[in-house]
Amino acid sequence: MSEAAARLPWGSKALALLRVGLSSAVAYRGEFFVWILTTNMPLVMLALWTRVAADGPVGRFGARDFAAYFLGALLVRFLTGSWVVWEMNFAIRDGSLRTRLLRPLHPFLHYAADNLAQIPLRLVVAAPIALALGLVAGPSRLTHDPVQWALLPVTLAGAWALVYCAMLAVATLAFFAESALSVWELWMALGYVLSGYLVPIELLPAGMRAVAAWLPWRYTLALPLDTLLGHVDRAATLRGLAAQLAWTATFLIAARALWTRGLKRYESFGG
Amino acid sequence: MSRYLRLLGVQLRASLAQAAQYRVDFLLGALLSVFWSGAAVTPLLVVYTRRPTLGGWTRPEALLVVAFFTLLKGVIQGAIEPSVTNTVEHLRKGTLDFLLLKPADAEFLVSTTRLQPWRATDLAGGMVLLAWALHDLARPVTLAAMGAALCLVGAATAILHSLWILVVALAFVTVKVDNLAFLLGSIYDAARWPATVWRGALAWVFTLVIPLAVMTTYPALALLGRLDLAHGLGALALAAAFVTVARLVWTRSIRNYTSAGG
Repeated sequence: MSEAAARLPWGSKALALLRVGLSSAVAYRGEFFVWILTTNMPLVMLALWTRVAADGPVGRFGARDFAAYFLGALLVRFLTGSWVVWEMNFAIRDGSLRTRLLRPLHPFLHYAADNLAQIPLRLVVAAPIALALGLVAGPSRLTHDPVQWALLPVTLAGAWALVYCAMLAVATLAFFAESALSVWELWMALGYVLSGYLVPIELLPAGMRAVAAWLPWRYTLALPLDTLLGHVDRAATLRGLAAQLAWTATFLIAARALWTRGLKRYESFGG
Repeated sequence: MSRYLRLLGVQLRASLAQAAQYRVDFLLGALLSVFWSGAAVTPLLVVYTRRPTLGGWTRPEALLVVAFFTLLKGVIQGAIEPSVTNTVEHLRKGTLDFLLLKPADAEFLVSTTRLQPWRATDLAGGMVLLAWALHDLARPVTLAAMGAALCLVGAATAILHSLWILVVALAFVTVKVDNLAFLLGSIYDAARWPATVWRGALAWVFTLVIPLAVMTTYPALALLGRLDLAHGLGALALAAAFVTVARLVWTRSIRNYTSAGG
């Protein structure tokens, strides 16, 4: 790092990183939007469940509740998703991680900056969905509690951090094994069922519901969603936030440990 | 024709030999396929604990659709998607010429050089689901119905293959299409429900533009003996149309392809 750059305050460095990330996201916007479009599972589920609810509500869910739920799921996915597991896996395997290692910033943070810089573009996609959600749900299907509204961004940020740290932990496996991405696929397959992505968790059979409560996935999707739709009270949201934080910390610690060990092996490859 | 069958045999053997080197991948693939099939079935099972029928489909009947969905997913992941990725890579590196120079049909070669049998564990998953559905159905299936269903699965494979060939043809124009292939794959996800779930415009799109209904719902209907001849023949005609269009577009793109040096 040059003398001048070293003297810059942290805030402006972070800002510069975000600006670089944003311009790269804007440069590849076509690709970005196609990737975003591949997240259409909530719409498929919306079609199924509203069809089911056409003959009468399922539990507390009428057709409109399902529509609100799955539009909300889509929204949460758009806002909290990241691709770091694919990016880092690729970088580790083709060796381009080296260039990131040379920079005076931990790659975990660098990838995070890249990811956070996409937020403006993600908001562009999320805005019409939020609008549709507002129209479908109306005020009666969203939470009325101002405290819950205040907690909502916290749950969203936490969901992003949880997914991001889990991705880091899985991506660092690529130092040791070829099949890190298969592990991530396993995470996704389990998450489809246990996060409330295909079926609202409260409609799952009791056994699966109990399992879901102990596992990380529901804190990546169901927590912000239930908070938004007012399906849970303040105390439940706060408990959820605590669990979310605990899982995030666990994955971050695992990722750090794997990273330190993996990097030693990695350097021995590159010579 | 027999030459191409022999060629297919050779390609398959080569892929299997390659697959034998990746036994862990095979096991992981099998494990994943169990979990993905579980994820595909869970919503249906939950729906049917609350309702006796969905859009006129009982639980075992809807399971049949999921079974065909999983089977065809195995075809996509084991044969179609890898070939597309492979071809796009050839295009990007400029090595497609080597493939074009070989004394066999280029579309055939492009579609068979990179079969990944270990990604095809969904085929087994689909068979398990099929057996489960037929067992729950507790009704004998006639030989004619089985034949019809098999024909329609063949037609579905042809349609899927054509769709992906069209994506590859697009790669000649815009190189970067792996995410388009991904998009197509994610649209295919909607084929897991009986087509009567879809309403309005989507029902049309999923019958004619991206004929998901024809791919998974029709074979299930045929197996149940509920598909009339007109719809069956219509599905086959649609598949023929897809194959022809894909073929035309493909030969055209190959003709205009000037390689990296052109």
